[in-house]
Amino acid sequence: MNTRTRISIAVGIALVAGSMTIAPTLLARESSHAELARGEYLVKAGDCAACHTNEDGQPFAGGFPVPTPFGTIYSTNITPDPETGIGHWTSDDFYKAMHSGIAPGGRHLYPAFPYPWYTKLSRNDVDAIRAYLATLKPVHQANKPPEMPWPFSDRAVMAGWNALYFKEGTFQSNPQKSAQWNLGAYLVEGLGHCGACHSPKNFAGAPEHDKAYHGGYGENWYATSLASDLRDGLGQWSEQDIVQYLKTGANKRAAAFGAMAEVVHDSTQYLDDDDLHAIAVYLKDLPAKSTTPNANPPVDGTTTERATTTNAAPANVNGDRFARGRGHYLDQCAGCHMDNGEGIAGVFPPLKGNNVVQASDPETVVHIILTGAKTAVTDKNPTGLAMPAFDWKLDNQQVADLVTYLRNAWGNRAGAVDASKVADTRRTIVAARTK
Amino acid sequence: MATRLPHVDVVLVGFGWTASILAQELTDEGLNVLAIERGSFRDTVPDFATTQIQDELRYAVRNELFEEPERETLTFRNSMDQTALPMRHLGSFKPAAGAGGAGVHWNGQNWRFLPTDFVTRSHTEQRYGKNFIPAGMTIQDWGITYDDLEPFYDRFEYLCGISGQAGNVNGEIQAGGNPFEGPRKRGFPLPPLKRSYGTVLFDKAAKEVGYKPFPCPAANTSEAYKNIYGVQMGQCTFCGFCEWFGCGNYSKSSPQTTVFPVLLKKDNFKLRTHASVTKVLLDNTGKRATGVVYVDLQGREYEQPADLVILTAFAQHNVHLMLLSGIGKPYDPVKNEGVVGRNYAYQITSSVDVFLNDVVNPFMGAGALGQAIDEFNGDNFDHGPEKFIGGGYIALWTTGGRPILQHHLPKDAPKWGSGWKKAMKDNYLRTVSLATHGSVMSYRDAYLDLDPTYRDVYGNPLLRLTFDFHDNEHRMSNFLTDKAQGIAKAMKAREIHANPRKGHYTIVPYQTTHNTGGAAMGTDPRTSAVNRYLQSWDVPNVFVVGSCAFPQNAGYNPTGTVGALAYWTAHALRTQYLKKPGPLVSA
Repeated sequence: MNTRTRISIAVGIALVAGSMTIAPTLLARESSHAELARGEYLVKAGDCAACHTNEDGQPFAGGFPVPTPFGTIYSTNITPDPETGIGHWTSDDFYKAMHSGIAPGGRHLYPAFPYPWYTKLSRNDVDAIRAYLATLKPVHQANKPPEMPWPFSDRAVMAGWNALYFKEGTFQSNPQKSAQWNLGAYLVEGLGHCGACHSPKNFAGAPEHDKAYHGGYGENWYATSLASDLRDGLGQWSEQDIVQYLKTGANKRAAAFGAMAEVVHDSTQYLDDDDLHAIAVYLKDLPAKSTTPNANPPVDGTTTERATTTNAAPANVNGDRFARGRGHYLDQCAGCHMDNGEGIAGVFPPLKGNNVVQASDPETVVHIILTGAKTAVTDKNPTGLAMPAFDWKLDNQQVADLVTYLRNAWGNRAGAVDASKVADTRRTIVAARTK
Repeated sequence: MATRLPHVDVVLVGFGWTASILAQELTDEGLNVLAIERGSFRDTVPDFATTQIQDELRYAVRNELFEEPERETLTFRNSMDQTALPMRHLGSFKPAAGAGGAGVHWNGQNWRFLPTDFVTRSHTEQRYGKNFIPAGMTIQDWGITYDDLEPFYDRFEYLCGISGQAGNVNGEIQAGGNPFEGPRKRGFPLPPLKRSYGTVLFDKAAKEVGYKPFPCPAANTSEAYKNIYGVQMGQCTFCGFCEWFGCGNYSKSSPQTTVFPVLLKKDNFKLRTHASVTKVLLDNTGKRATGVVYVDLQGREYEQPADLVILTAFAQHNVHLMLLSGIGKPYDPVKNEGVVGRNYAYQITSSVDVFLNDVVNPFMGAGALGQAIDEFNGDNFDHGPEKFIGGGYIALWTTGGRPILQHHLPKDAPKWGSGWKKAMKDNYLRTVSLATHGSVMSYRDAYLDLDPTYRDVYGNPLLRLTFDFHDNEHRMSNFLTDKAQGIAKAMKAREIHANPRKGHYTIVPYQTTHNTGGAAMGTDPRTSAVNRYLQSWDVPNVFVVGSCAFPQNAGYNPTGTVGALAYWTAHALRTQYLKKPGPLVSA
């Protein structure tokens, strides 16, 4: 059942076809099994279900609330129901929505629907996605209107937004790079829409292209930098580390949790190894965001000894705070993550050398301590190991001291964290919960 | 009027170890399986989270994880001439309520029974003669052998990730293991736990006395583990909060840490909690079950139709349900007829507290971190001169050093005030305790039936337990206690304090939750309630799984054998019953 046609075929076509244009009518035909299977695979690669299937809802019938800084948007019904879904859309309608962010009738879509990324998809791939969606069970479920204040409630505003921030256009391959790199770029920049979380956004919610993949916010998490810095980035990760992480939800350096656990569960675990390797090749080629990426390199390798020599407070951290943080660490954390910060291989992730712990913005590590988290559940790692919440047990100062310790113990280096930062995160989480 | 629900293929009554195993195996056959559980759903996080589970008052004293006697309990008497009274507070044993059952709060002491334990009667008769068995003792063979069960012991051990040292692999005795154990096909999945200082002292003393001590097999992981279903476990941190607590570290084997992650996401498995099964429904022939009736928390009644009904509740609850449903002939001790309720047995335990000069840090413990000797278990020694049947192990367990219930004081220590505090300070870090863990044989006058007077919240008669320790058990336990004192003396103690088991069985102080029998397995429908596959002789689409199948109790903790029996039954269902539903053994 679970046919996983390789996306590479589709991209291969796209790359070869280059700028050739084929009249849409020539493509109109009965959907083949291969096209449906590819469509199913692409729908997984694009993680469409993450938003379009609501918790306990019918598959792809929408209704999932997407919080944005400008208000809440509800995902739409993309089942083939003719009245409430997209059953009456033509393939051109569907392509226009995916490629230009414009629904039938000229209605502008909000970029919570990732058309700024999907615009990169080839027409063939978009048609395959539509062909697969057309096979779903039609669900009669009316869409919920967005809850946004004026002026954002006026969709015409999006025309201006598009003019400023949206660059429409199918993926263009880079002839200087390998076919594998281009395949990875197509996946990351297109369906994967990784930048939606992992790139910083400007005041208008648009990704800042000059800082692409330098880390950004998504669903109350700080999505770490994917750039090649050694501490705050993927600089230490091998291609295989990335592939293993996306396939199984964990590797020797980290475990996926929070929003990324859902991405792995719903999407990346189903991708073929060739596609995952291509993604890894592309990500590993991202430049470092630091101008001096090799300054202050982390201590590499793992030791089984107690890391006492590397465990003194570094110059940038107050010694008392470091000692208090270490106390909290031994009391609350060391049972699983171990005294030496190395965790238990394959079970509890290491904090030593961890890029989330050393991220420029400590939001995620603070968040995970406050709320706890569950690791990704995949075919390869079905357990879903969970960390409990500490919000009721540690106050803001204790969390701040603990996080400051984590970010500077065992050779880690990152900025100290204040109690006010923890208080902010705590407020955001409580607000999101009570919504 | 009960609401009739849509049909399922299999209904499991209770959702602990045996149900989890059977559900996992039978859903793999493509069957639609529903488990009905009287308690709540519970999982490692948040229910047993490391942030709050180490709360002795809440869990060990106030019994948060157990059944509530206000709702369901049993009545008890020592002998047939007494009037039984309800157990109004949990005492001698503590059955669980909630998903995972007692698999959540056990210590993890996971043993295999000895080959001779499965043939207690025939072996005793053959070695010591028929007259060696006292009048009124109703021991019998199980209808299966150790060799039958070996692959399923193995499977349960590899499900759990048992830490241990093999003593006998394919007949080859292994150094450092239990030389008396039945032959196993391969070693344990994980190496033994790191030793506590107490177990090191025990090991040395036992060797000096001439015994062969070995590390007890533990369902506490000595290393990270990935089990037969791909489920991951962490590594035990020796926090010392196993028994009465759930594990927050994914390092004590439980249904939650070994089966739930794969089972609960299957489309053909469903769990219904807060639902108490009150009856198994039979058709008008009385030879076929059609489903079960259960009551939800609001008191609403539901009928759940099913092709196959498997009783997977705690031992005496399975027996209670059989009696309430009319499955099998109730046991009558006067006429010595009937089988349901027959051959109830228990465990007889004693201890020897050892006060040392050395600091042993008892708080660094794990539920099954122990060192034991097996010289006096089962028929590992000549019973001829001793004139009793059965035996047990002697172990030093370092399960933990919890402040309220896990401390030992010398006999003459004051009971309160500054003197008590001083005695506590002087002794807390310097005390160990040796445990003896003995078998209990089955008797004509130890049984379960329905109480004539008291009823539960559903209006059904309570189960009545009639049980006392017999002379055979007291003599055996005293024998073990003497041997334990011999080891204690060799530990160079400053003081030794033996606590032998004396007098009548009492249901008040906690002893152990190793209740067995009442739905014994066997080869003869006149003396067993279920056949060798744990299938009811009378209603062949009902299976009854658990320690209620033990015809008498051996000198080990029962869970290893309960897990093996669950896999044994699952195998029989998968390879025989589902192909041709009906009796697997002709009566």
